[in-house]
Amino acid sequence: MTELKEIQRLEGHTDRVWSLDWNPATGHAGIPLVFASCSGDKTVRIWEQNLSTRLWACKAVLEETHTRTVRSCAWSPSGKLLATASFDATTAIWENIGGDFECVSTLEGHENEVKSVCWNASGTLLATCSRDKSVWIWEVLPGNEFECVSVLQGHAQDVKMVKWHPTEDILFSCSYDNTVKVWADEGDSDDWQCVQSLGEPNNGHTSTVWAISFNAGGDKMVTCSDDLTLKVWETENKGMQSGGGFAPWRHLCTLTGYHDRTIFSVHWSREGIFASGAADNSIRLFVDDNESQVDGPLYKLLLKKEKAHDMDINSVQWSPGEKPILASASDDGTIKVWELIP
Amino acid sequence: MVSGLINANPVIYERKERRARTTPSAPHDEYAVEPIDQQEIFDHIRDIKDPEHPYSLEELKVITEEAVEVDDQRNYVRVTFTPTVEHCSMATIIGLCLRVKLMRSLPLRYKVDIRVAPGSHATEAAVNKQLNDKERVAAALENPNLLDMVDECLAPSYD
Repeated sequence: MTELKEIQRLEGHTDRVWSLDWNPATGHAGIPLVFASCSGDKTVRIWEQNLSTRLWACKAVLEETHTRTVRSCAWSPSGKLLATASFDATTAIWENIGGDFECVSTLEGHENEVKSVCWNASGTLLATCSRDKSVWIWEVLPGNEFECVSVLQGHAQDVKMVKWHPTEDILFSCSYDNTVKVWADEGDSDDWQCVQSLGEPNNGHTSTVWAISFNAGGDKMVTCSDDLTLKVWETENKGMQSGGGFAPWRHLCTLTGYHDRTIFSVHWSREGIFASGAADNSIRLFVDDNESQVDGPLYKLLLKKEKAHDMDINSVQWSPGEKPILASASDDGTIKVWELIP
Repeated sequence: MVSGLINANPVIYERKERRARTTPSAPHDEYAVEPIDQQEIFDHIRDIKDPEHPYSLEELKVITEEAVEVDDQRNYVRVTFTPTVEHCSMATIIGLCLRVKLMRSLPLRYKVDIRVAPGSHATEAAVNKQLNDKERVAAALENPNLLDMVDECLAPSYD
């Protein structure tokens, strides 16, 4: 019987934990798994697994830089830099220098709360988004310099999350305006344009879209929303036409009736399982349903974990290690680490 | 003279009599879990002051006891409030006050929904969406001016 087993409950943050991110350069070749978490307590915490006890401990607290809630954090693909986005309108870049985290750059420009930050696959571009309705693309230059190369206007409201495609330089943003927008640099000259908007007319969400995640192949994505649904979308050829143009995404299916309050987070594992975390305190896991009809792949519930936390779950993230390990962050101020036992 | 107030002349209603909490009939057990009921929640919010008048939300009939729905088993509360005028720009502030007061008064396990009464506000859907987006609420409460305004409305009155 498949089980999601609680391995550890991590305390330390003194306010709600908004988000967490696993360091992608950890969890293999004997490197212990590491993740960062961020909170309404204005701090970021770095947690590292002890290879003998298999348990996590807080290795560093990144504080006195952000002056308001730290809403989101993201490791660069090399795992050397950590970007943190805050309600104080800035994004900070931290470098791990011999175990100490030093703030090496502060990105300013958004008018108000920055809500999400994400690195592209090669680590050469960074995207941020804000309540000011804009999405910014920053180029990573030598010497920890960051230059804004584009300010994308198009959302009518608050932008909740930005996410790069796992292999292509295509950016996705989801918003309080209920849409997901797809941005691509078509002219090859920092000429970023909205190439697609997925909204209600395309079977899209009917309320705030909170999060987005891609499958390992990059030809499918899943979104979650305040409308209590999860939606799976697909495209041809990872979103790129063979000629170089953009291939559109289309709605594949909608998963309804699994959560009864806002779904804040969704994350697709490399093994093809996607996890959702919601304001109903529960976690759900979904997998490909091989027995479904000829129309194409649909998804079935693999497991439900009621009362995974005492309060809302804001983030669920699969680890990059060999074992199927999931971490969840909650309004209850804790982070839990789970192992999926098949 | 043109008044700067959104609603210069609100109707004032009688306050409801304050009832003593009904005591359980069984011998009192101080460790017994006492369920949270409609009256208790109404008592938490009835004295919140209107942002622009020296009256309570109860006196202005912005909230009534009947507008409080509670399901203690499911840790769920919904408060439906009725702004005094349809275009009330204070609706989000009132909603924020209700949310903060309940956040500070109820056990953390409670899920709270706040909404304006159907048909009582010109931008009902927008107000409801904003009041129930916890990220927007969290950001608003980090704004010192907004927090001052909310604390002002929640300050105890000594009349």
